Amino acid sequence: MMIATVGMLGGLALLFGLLLGYATVRFKVEGDPVVEQIDAILPQQQCGKCGYPGCRAYAKAIVKGEADINQCVPGGSLDILTLANLLDRTPKSLDIKYGVEGLQKLAVIDESTCIGCLWCIQVCPVDAILGAPKQMHTVIAQECMGCERCIAHCPVNSLSMISIPLTADTWKWPYPVLP
Amino acid sequence: MTQPCLFQGGIKPDEHKSLSNQTPIVQGKLPPLLILPLLQHIGAPTEPIVKVGEQVLKGQIIAHCNGKDCRFIISTPIHASSSGTVIAIEPRAVPHPSGLTAPCIVIKTDGQDKWIERLPLTHYSDLTHDVVRNHIANAGIVGLGGAGFPTHIKLTHDSYFIDTLIINGVECEPYITCNDRLMREHPDEIIAGIQILMHVLGGVKRCVIAVEDNKQEAYLALLEAAKEQVEVVQVPTQYPMGDECQLIQVLTGKELGHNQLPASIGIVVHNVETTRAVYRAVQLGQPLVSRIVTITGNAIEKPQNLEVLLGTPMHIVIDQCGRQDGIERLIMGGPMMGFALPNDEMPIIKTTNCLILSRADELPPLQMPCIRCGACVQVCPINLLPQQLYWYAKAKDFKKAKDYHIFDCIECGSCAYVCPSHIPLVAYYRYVKAEIRANLHEHKKAEIVKRRYEFRTFRMKRDQAEKEARFERLKTVSKVDKEAIIKAAVKRAKELKFNNTRN
Repeated sequence: MMIATVGMLGGLALLFGLLLGYATVRFKVEGDPVVEQIDAILPQQQCGKCGYPGCRAYAKAIVKGEADINQCVPGGSLDILTLANLLDRTPKSLDIKYGVEGLQKLAVIDESTCIGCLWCIQVCPVDAILGAPKQMHTVIAQECMGCERCIAHCPVNSLSMISIPLTADTWKWPYPVLP
Repeated sequence: MTQPCLFQGGIKPDEHKSLSNQTPIVQGKLPPLLILPLLQHIGAPTEPIVKVGEQVLKGQIIAHCNGKDCRFIISTPIHASSSGTVIAIEPRAVPHPSGLTAPCIVIKTDGQDKWIERLPLTHYSDLTHDVVRNHIANAGIVGLGGAGFPTHIKLTHDSYFIDTLIINGVECEPYITCNDRLMREHPDEIIAGIQILMHVLGGVKRCVIAVEDNKQEAYLALLEAAKEQVEVVQVPTQYPMGDECQLIQVLTGKELGHNQLPASIGIVVHNVETTRAVYRAVQLGQPLVSRIVTITGNAIEKPQNLEVLLGTPMHIVIDQCGRQDGIERLIMGGPMMGFALPNDEMPIIKTTNCLILSRADELPPLQMPCIRCGACVQVCPINLLPQQLYWYAKAKDFKKAKDYHIFDCIECGSCAYVCPSHIPLVAYYRYVKAEIRANLHEHKKAEIVKRRYEFRTFRMKRDQAEKEARFERLKTVSKVDKEAIIKAAVKRAKELKFNNTRN
């Protein structure tokens, strides 16, 4: 009787063990799902203001515990709140060491001073600058995310950030103010 | 005869309709300047096809949809509403809640009001519905009830089979009487328009004109003109009866689901004035160059309805009706769903059905905290939970607000009307909707940018690897071969230089 019980339980244990073993191989999760989730929240400007070379690198650093959740400048307080919800941490205000929160801007090249040195093209993380050697460069406005990486690299200070003009199309209903 | 059933919720606000519905519709004055925004409807903006300095005639297309064929895109052309000269194509203030500017075509009128050659389709019943629909599309007709959705899109029936046509003459918002007056004065034009719509839609089994039971004269006029060919139904006076979903529910007993179009259950709803515009376009060959606007409010001497040329600046229209001192507020649309405008320099556009000018007779009620009375829940015609949505809006919890179906809210304002604490609930919902839409847009952009960034990273790695591989290969090449390679490269470079200088 006892042998039958032991055999039965042992058999079951073996069966489930095999099942679990198969499942770990068959349904293996590629990469870290938390990194993916954090990366989906981050604004993908790839600006590097957080001290990491891109949004994904920063996401990895958060998971490893190297970076805090309040380093993303373009994401600002709203993204910090979402991250805090996701990771079950206390929300913090943006660390001013990395920058000050503001509206997204747009890089423009002053056409009269650009010397066509290619430096800005090389640092643009999203290929939003177009140009050829010794030819004038220009920023593709739709693609520019306003990361400001190119600004510091221009040897003739012909790059500047401008605010994106508000149109009836991009205007949003404001938060109601109390009378 | 259909017995209308009622919808859940709704309110019965003071009507104030007798202010403006006692006198007939008057022709608006020809203004010295016409300001025609390139976007006067829901959908894609139009592109100007005239140049500054060009002479235009009344009814001439001055801005067309991209590609000049708007049969399949949600857009519709803009016509010159009178003859004259184009003096500018520039951003001007437009009637939009933001008060911002948008590109407009400005025409200096010559006072002759000379029409371009009109091409009516008098024998439309012999033509295919595609031809008539295209004619309607080119006449620039949009929903004139206030939403401004291009009419020809609602007449497409490739994907849906339409068997019920509802003509909306409900006009449930207080103050507005433009549809009321139109139904009283031109019921025959509305009936003629319905026949055109039925021809274009094909296969319509039931056509109903719905009129609220506070417009007895309009109802009788339509009944007489309809000659029992079209069903005319009186619906109870209850706000927001004129909303598409509520009207369909009351007339047919069918309820629209989340994100469901009326067309998917075989119904299409058109406004009475839109129907009349269709009649004018098809039978008279007149594109949409004017519309009826109610000018009312306690700061107007003679509140009335005017047939105004599109693009007429509001101050000209207001002066025609007599302006009183101490105007505090100018509202475009009704008092429930309209929005305040900062000044009266803006033009009348296709969606302007009413202008309300009011004096500051009383101070605006003070907003107080929500007491969770639940009055808003009882009046919501969509059966949402306005109070719950308010809390989520206040906490900026957009996800929760979305889960509670904020996008089904029709912004009718019933909840804010009954709120004993005078909370501007709709303002909160509009804010949440705008934020969610903006976030979605940003998210989509971030996805694209992420792909570009990833491709760039991949490209740089690949280039680096290729470079290294080339170095590795060169290491294995013998000295003699190397010299040969260098010589070949130098020769290539020289040839290239030679060719370049020759060119």
